[in-house]
Amino acid sequence: MTGNIYFQLFFTFFKIGAFTFGGGWAMISIIQREIVDKHHWIEQDEFLDLLAIAQSMPGILAVNISVVIGDRLKGVKGSVTAALGTIMPSFAIILAIAVFLTPDTIKNNEVVSRIFKGIRPAVVALIIAPVLTTAKSAGIGWKTVAIPVAVALGVYSGLPVISNPILYIVLGAVGGYVFHQHSLSTKISKR
Amino acid sequence: MIETYLRLVWAYIKIGLFGFGGGYAMLSLIHSEVVDSGWISNQVFTDIVAISQMTPGPIGINSATYIGYVVTGSVLGSLVATFTVVLPPFVLVLVASHFISRHSDSSVIKGAFMGLRPVVVGLIASAAMLLMNSENFGFELSERVISVMICLAAFCAVYFTKIHPIWVIVAAGVAGLIVF
Repeated sequence: MTGNIYFQLFFTFFKIGAFTFGGGWAMISIIQREIVDKHHWIEQDEFLDLLAIAQSMPGILAVNISVVIGDRLKGVKGSVTAALGTIMPSFAIILAIAVFLTPDTIKNNEVVSRIFKGIRPAVVALIIAPVLTTAKSAGIGWKTVAIPVAVALGVYSGLPVISNPILYIVLGAVGGYVFHQHSLSTKISKR
Repeated sequence: MIETYLRLVWAYIKIGLFGFGGGYAMLSLIHSEVVDSGWISNQVFTDIVAISQMTPGPIGINSATYIGYVVTGSVLGSLVATFTVVLPPFVLVLVASHFISRHSDSSVIKGAFMGLRPVVVGLIASAAMLLMNSENFGFELSERVISVMICLAAFCAVYFTKIHPIWVIVAAGVAGLIVF
């Protein structure tokens, strides 16, 4: 049974899904270790190409990377197998929690409710921290700080349309594309 | 009942289709679909984020599974939400891996992502701002002061040290049990 590639593919991604906390980048290095270093299913170069494709598409990065790797090894069937492996552990764990720890339980159980009162402000802190780290890695300076500020205030405003994050995702992608083409063409005309 | 499922499908298709920039950036998108629509409160949303942080797996999957169950009261809702958040990117990734060749001109994608980067920063900030409210920090002054102190301590722990977020949440939970 262990010789079956589908089984191995499923089990490898199941392990990754079951033991990586935080998703995204935390998962990438572990996926790389399993797929490239341990199983030698793909070369390092190709892994980086596949990662680039997975990253350029929307959705959950860990799922996307399992889809491209599964597809590269065994076509669509492989990608379904790998994606199921990634999703299944968190699905099962969260479903079990959802059944036993409903919003009403959290509210009405005195001990649980006190625990969550302490946890909620900490969760806010966990979201503030990546604002600063991503601002740094995106190279946000005095010239560009207006963009994230406008986006944050717009989404926070609660106004129809203006508070919809999809608006800013589309504007950012289109604006970035236009700006990039424009700077490419001015570079060429300067030559 | 069917209508609830259809709304769930529509919400999670949008989340899957426009979820760029990773888990934290997706939070504001998920928030706008499930809190603004009145399905769950800010408080429950924050609790789901906490639970997601403490369990393995990506937050996009975790939130879909939990919210799907809470909204419909059935396992089918979990399945539907989780399936629909994965489906659009699944198709897009497959198409992209077959049609984008290794040496093709990637300047379109490069440009789009350059524009998305500052937007992602703003989206994460908006999620933090939306959750900084009385539901999460308490309605009474004493409760608020303690909450702000927990928030500051947690921020210092994750930003200045390498302490894993799970331990920060555990510590905050213990603190809550003691002081509240």
